[in-house]
Amino acid sequence: MSLVDLLPLIGPGDGQGPALGPVVAAIVGLPMLGFALNGALSLLRPAAKSWVSVIGPGVLLASFALAVRVFFALKGVWHENPDRVVLVTLWSWLPVGPLQVDFGFMLDQLSIVMLLVVTGVGSLIHLFSVGYMKTDPGYARYFAYLNLFVAFMLVLVLGANFPMMFIGWEGVGLCSYLLIGFWFTEKANADAGKKAFIVNRIGDFGFLVALFLIWRVFGTFDFLQVFAMAPAHLPVGGTLVTAITLFLFLGCAGKSAQIPLYTWLPDAMAGPTPVSALIHAATMVTAGVYLVARTNVLFAMAPTSQAVVAGVGALTALFAATIGLRQYDIKKVLAYSTVSQLGYMFLGVGTGAITAGVFHLVTHAFFKALLFLGSGSVIHAMHHAYHATHRHDDPQDMRNMGGLARYMPVTAGLMIVATLAIAGIPPLAGFFSKDEILAFAFGRGAQQPVFLVFWAMGALAALLTAFYMARLLAMTFFGENRTGEAERGHLHEAPWIMTGPLLVLGVLSLAGGWLNLPEFAHALGPVGMLHHWLEPVIAGGDRMAEAIGTTPALPHGGAEAALIAAAIAIAVLGLALGWNVTRRSALVPARDAPAEQGFWRVLYNKYYVDELYDRLIVRPLVRFSTGTLWKRVDQGLIDGAGVNGTASAARALGWLGSRLQTGQVGAYVIFFVVGVIVILGMVAWR
Amino acid sequence: MLLGPSLAVSAILFIIGVIGVLVRRNAIVIFMCVELMLNAVNLSFVALSQVHGISGQVFVFFVMTVAAAEAAVGLAIILAIFRHHRTVDLMNINLLKG
Repeated sequence: MSLVDLLPLIGPGDGQGPALGPVVAAIVGLPMLGFALNGALSLLRPAAKSWVSVIGPGVLLASFALAVRVFFALKGVWHENPDRVVLVTLWSWLPVGPLQVDFGFMLDQLSIVMLLVVTGVGSLIHLFSVGYMKTDPGYARYFAYLNLFVAFMLVLVLGANFPMMFIGWEGVGLCSYLLIGFWFTEKANADAGKKAFIVNRIGDFGFLVALFLIWRVFGTFDFLQVFAMAPAHLPVGGTLVTAITLFLFLGCAGKSAQIPLYTWLPDAMAGPTPVSALIHAATMVTAGVYLVARTNVLFAMAPTSQAVVAGVGALTALFAATIGLRQYDIKKVLAYSTVSQLGYMFLGVGTGAITAGVFHLVTHAFFKALLFLGSGSVIHAMHHAYHATHRHDDPQDMRNMGGLARYMPVTAGLMIVATLAIAGIPPLAGFFSKDEILAFAFGRGAQQPVFLVFWAMGALAALLTAFYMARLLAMTFFGENRTGEAERGHLHEAPWIMTGPLLVLGVLSLAGGWLNLPEFAHALGPVGMLHHWLEPVIAGGDRMAEAIGTTPALPHGGAEAALIAAAIAIAVLGLALGWNVTRRSALVPARDAPAEQGFWRVLYNKYYVDELYDRLIVRPLVRFSTGTLWKRVDQGLIDGAGVNGTASAARALGWLGSRLQTGQVGAYVIFFVVGVIVILGMVAWR
Repeated sequence: MLLGPSLAVSAILFIIGVIGVLVRRNAIVIFMCVELMLNAVNLSFVALSQVHGISGQVFVFFVMTVAAAEAAVGLAIILAIFRHHRTVDLMNINLLKG
């Protein structure tokens, strides 16, 4: 019996899907199984790489295939009844009095989009990893972690209530930590993992507080119930809903690397490059955007929070883009680019343009995964070249590259596609998604003028994005090769298992824009597919926005044309500037490079934010922990008064008792006789 | 038949025994006082058997048997103590203390 035949078993209206249950469980369970198998292999048979190569990507491909089938099956269902949400409850997880939390999954239009992105891009990156990690001794462990990550990510996007989402949220954080510190024998890598974990704790604190508030207000954690109850239970724009959404956004800022918690993401590049592509670009870091999109009803009720989200997003987009201008590590450029693009997504969802934010999330997953995997391909080639001649230069430093297009044409071509996509050249994916976000921000400016400022910041960030991406291309793939005379001959294109996924992502980066074509591009195909698709999910937020008059008014006619022309002009200008400036500058290998001067030095050192945090937060905290908590509280109070105090008290009591034991039989007899007399007396005079 | 005086004698004998155990230091004397207490109890058993039946007298035999065994063991211990310490003064035997 095929899946489609089983679907009518979903009861009408009740949203229960018994037939889909095993399939959804399998989608999440397969990567978990892969984790168990690969984990066992890594412990018992670390050399069994061929098994791992089958299991690791295999479970993901199977999961993706199931996801596609579920997508097509549900597409038919939703065509007739778009408001039908499929709930799959596996078991009751926390049945504690009024707190009833099910271990359940929820399939609606938004989670299907995320499901397809996670399993689809995840599959490609797993395949790429087979080539990239081939010679690594921790091959099985790597795939075990990667599978576990996907399993948790699926729990995150499919969870039917806040605690389920929180499981996934924490699980992906754990996997992120494990994979950043994958090469943990180098302290810097282990430290980067720790940093990511600790910074994320701050965000998770916000998430937890928001959960407590939601429980206090609604008495349930179920997504559907909370969103249905919200308009009646909370005053629009009130303190409570603003607090809930701001605390949620604190969680998002941690997970999605927004100001002020973005510092962990660039350091997270210490992990293997496919990990950076999957976790720190395409999927996990977009969890915050997903959370805001999921809770769009709550955010629509709190315009102040929306402004904060959009403002932080715009600021992050601009701030990170400026840092990206002056980084030399190819992955660092992409890391700051990711932070910046995540800022765009928050600008979108903060504006209330949930579709635009999710649209950019999807297209960004395509082109940023492509960029990271392309950089992985480059690093792979550079690493092999340096390895062959035993030279210890940095294979990730763009100053050591140059002219690589000659040696790896496929990678270079695809990187150019991705660059055009992220810079916003029509008709590639990034143009449509970025333009939509900026258009909505501009439109919302009519109600709240501050959004015009955000729009301007976003537009400026777009210019910088095009600039640093052109710089990356020019430094890496064009001009004279600076790798070294002896090493040059060892540069080569990556094997097909790595270029294959790149090709698929290249096609997606080219065509991703067709998911949600804007009105003016109606000649190219159907307009606003993603928007119509997501409509049932975001309808609650949209209705709320309409009621309180915060719906962004999209510019039409002349203003629209001007915006589009400006967007294209910005992209072209940025690319041209970046290209020309970089090609004209004198580039030398990293070991010969002069020190940075002036403001470039500030950018090169990332505005010294890490140093600032170190001074203001880390070191005082360490001092307080060492001086007060450790020396005073732990050693003084807990060890001294608590542990040793109890022991001393017991010894003192024992000493008192031992005074009675004189060793004199006569004394014992006296006690005995006195005792007998007392007892007899009590019996007699009772 | 003479129940009251018998019990009175028994009580007096018992109290003499207790006081002897409490105030004397010589192990042999203390031992004899313990025997005195046992026999005071025997006397009350016999006296009360007039009222409660023959089982009290049967008990006396048990007590005497136990006392005999106790005498054997106790005297052996006292002998061992004397061999070790050259004295049976219990004031000097106080090794087992806290």
